[in-house]
Amino acid sequence: MSVPRSEMIVLGIETSCDETSASVLADGKAVSNVISSQLIHSAYGGVVPELASRAHQRLIIPVVEEALASGGIKKEEIDGIAATQGPGLVGALLVGLSFGKALAFGLGIPFTAVNHMEGHLYSVFLEEDVPAYPFLALVVSGGHTMLVHVEAPFRHTVLGETRDDAAGEAFDKVAKMLGLGYPGGPAIDRLGAGGNPGAVRFPRSFLEEGTLDFSFSGIKTSVLYYLRREGLGESGAARTLLDGKRMADICASFQAAIVEVLVARTIRAALRQGVTDIALVGGVSANSSLRRTLRDEAGKHGCRVFTPRNEYCMDNGAMIAYVGWMRLARGLTSAYGTPAVAYLELTGIAS
Amino acid sequence: MRRILSRSAEETEAAGRAFAVRLLPGDVVALTGTLGSGKTRFAAGVCTGLGVRGHVTSPTFTLINEYPVEFGVVAHIDMYRINGMKEVADLGIEEYFNSRCVCLIEWAETVLDILPPAHFRISFAHGGSESERAIQIEGPREPAQ
Repeated sequence: MSVPRSEMIVLGIETSCDETSASVLADGKAVSNVISSQLIHSAYGGVVPELASRAHQRLIIPVVEEALASGGIKKEEIDGIAATQGPGLVGALLVGLSFGKALAFGLGIPFTAVNHMEGHLYSVFLEEDVPAYPFLALVVSGGHTMLVHVEAPFRHTVLGETRDDAAGEAFDKVAKMLGLGYPGGPAIDRLGAGGNPGAVRFPRSFLEEGTLDFSFSGIKTSVLYYLRREGLGESGAARTLLDGKRMADICASFQAAIVEVLVARTIRAALRQGVTDIALVGGVSANSSLRRTLRDEAGKHGCRVFTPRNEYCMDNGAMIAYVGWMRLARGLTSAYGTPAVAYLELTGIAS
Repeated sequence: MRRILSRSAEETEAAGRAFAVRLLPGDVVALTGTLGSGKTRFAAGVCTGLGVRGHVTSPTFTLINEYPVEFGVVAHIDMYRINGMKEVADLGIEEYFNSRCVCLIEWAETVLDILPPAHFRISFAHGGSESERAIQIEGPREPAQ
């Protein structure tokens, strides 16, 4: 696909955690988005998820080349490069950040460093149907659970976040207890669809009155003790001892407890901030029960929910390219000395 | 060696805060024990005791969370997702074994051999009731009596 030269073409690179990803964006529209775990070309050896930075070093060049090739863009046509600065693993971040800087230097084009969490926040704009400012974002993934009020581009306030485990972590750890493997969040979604969400009453942790924070550590432990009381241990015995119906009921009941808390908090935040548009982003936003329940509850309050497609919900280069484009269009470039920052906060840009 | 019986998550966190006064920059703390036995809650208390502000969340997915503090960094590391010594080597946790860091390592069972010899070892176990946790602390230094 050929792109007219009047458009700004941005290459985005993401290497903050497990995924090596790159994407080409032409005037705010992703024309490619290559994610290592989704690469089916075994030549790259990218199908088995690998942890830590050595995999990024091996994958960064093929992933970027694939992003350019599948987007029909030559590297000489890129107008700017964006890479994730943090938060994340320093060793992993450094691979994408250094590669991005070096390529920008070599091509003589601007470079900009991007906050990974801003990537998730604005990922919703990669779709046609977008929320209007101000909107509320629920960022929910394996590593993060956060409610953010987004007033305007780069002006956002964190209203609440998890105090212990992310929602996605609770899904994955409970899946492991049930013998569904790790990560098993999608398996719980699939099995729970056929179960009764009221079969087991797992506790909902709403913390103290008025807070928009989350806590998902307690529910993990309550599932563990439930399985122990039922003689199902914690080492995956449930998988062999439970019949399909009870497994489905436990999955549905656990999922209902998590979803109820996420949705109740999100609706409360939306009403408190007086916003009508809600963005549901991050890896766990692929959960079908969460999507459906949030849409239903939001609808009752006259709110609309926007969720990008799954490849923009997981960690991906397109969301980094998008924020990079937002930054470059505003003249916000980064020096070559910009460091990777493991604990980068979601502060936005003061004007 | 010191044994603590915690009767709640709050007591586990308080035990972590109390333990933090025993630490020096450069210390490595290995946290071992099964799922839901209190490792993250204890680590959160240690972080607060070392001057970390804000919430301390589980590093299971992120693998390493770094918190800037006065003396440098508290590295909160989690080996739960790590499979085998190759991935341990790739993660490079030994880069955090230095005098500007306090290193807290959850699910440390698999990496005990590569830790500095003088590390703290804290083991967690579920207690008699659902809210009880047994915590055992061993380390290179004991508080003066």
